[in-house]
Amino acid sequence: MSTIHVDIVSAEREIFSGEATMVFAPAVLGEVGIAPGHAAMLTRMSPGEVRVQLVNGEQQAFYVSGGMLEVQPKVVTVLSDTAIRAHDLDEAAVLKARQEAEDALRTRSDKLDVAKAQAELAELAAQLQTIERLRRRGS
Amino acid sequence: MAVGKEIRVKIASVQNTQKITRAMEMVATSKMRKAQERMRAARPYAERMRNVVAHIADANSEYRHPFLIARPVKRIGVIVVSTDRGLCGGLNSNLFRMLIQQVKRWQADQIELEFCTIGRKSAQFFQRIGGHILGQVSRLGDQPHVEQLIGTVKVMLDAYLAGTIDELFIASNDFVNSMTQKPELEQILPLKARPDSGLAHHWDYIYEPEAKDVMEHLLARYTESLVYQRVVENVACEQAARMVAMKSASDNAGKLIKELQLIYNKARQAAITQELAEIVSGAAAV
Repeated sequence: MSTIHVDIVSAEREIFSGEATMVFAPAVLGEVGIAPGHAAMLTRMSPGEVRVQLVNGEQQAFYVSGGMLEVQPKVVTVLSDTAIRAHDLDEAAVLKARQEAEDALRTRSDKLDVAKAQAELAELAAQLQTIERLRRRGS
Repeated sequence: MAVGKEIRVKIASVQNTQKITRAMEMVATSKMRKAQERMRAARPYAERMRNVVAHIADANSEYRHPFLIARPVKRIGVIVVSTDRGLCGGLNSNLFRMLIQQVKRWQADQIELEFCTIGRKSAQFFQRIGGHILGQVSRLGDQPHVEQLIGTVKVMLDAYLAGTIDELFIASNDFVNSMTQKPELEQILPLKARPDSGLAHHWDYIYEPEAKDVMEHLLARYTESLVYQRVVENVACEQAARMVAMKSASDNAGKLIKELQLIYNKARQAAITQELAEIVSGAAAV
């Protein structure tokens, strides 16, 4: 019986890797079943269950909170998201990042002061060097 | 005997400091191992992503996403990854020094800059020296999650799509080994397509629902995973640098204690000798 290699990964860890006879995944346009030799396909997934039919007939299920599904004739890759993602949630995250930047940096000017930065960093470097020298002399 | 009370107090205080630095060293060591573990765990996703992106670059796609197209550079965006806390040697300042040198070169080329900061130290740095900040995130903790980075990354991606920036870089530390961390500047956008496979026949995916939508999602995820990896690596660097810094602090404290102990003993001995001398001369006088 022909098989297809399945990798399920999320950005933070690897979830599953192995051979399967059939894979079911919740694509955005409806659930798809992928048999070995399927045409190359790239699609988004909705939150749902990815089921993998193993070679010994056993079925394993993994919950994914959305992500991408890549299919090639011999390989299926499920790139799972680590959390529920939606457009408005992403926008909210953007606003939060902007807000934090504005809150923290209200008093500061937009002009990047390279000279000041260099002076500051040179001072730090000098401090570190002095510590290094003291250490060497001490030992 | 009241001899050397100040010295004894001083020794006790240095010993307390040493206890703290030693504890911090051990904590950093175990955290570093965990961070390295997470670094490894994040690798498969990024690799798979890279493969898919390379396939797309190879595939004869009817749609070229702006993330894949290079354009003349007038403005550059930089995501600066730093630690939240200090006491980690020269880790952050080395990174900033490297960054500032590059900034100087860019400014000489009349290129304007936009920044995004991850971690409190870089936020503080830009607060002091100025610079235009588009987004910021801090207090990620020792186990950063992708969700925490979405906002900051999307701010930059949006800026790229809107034409506010023409290239996107990320500055962070590279974990060479537990003794060495190297500051690094890596280009993220435009994505470099790797023409490595040299496939003779052209093929393309079936996109569902449509190429543009799918690509946008995929490339956003890809960028996020790149940034996530860098952030996790930076955590490992932070812990490694802290481990080394705390180890040398403990060593120094040990040395200091030894010196103080020696001074204390000498003082005590001197006092005893003097007392004896007084007693003896007193007895002789009688």
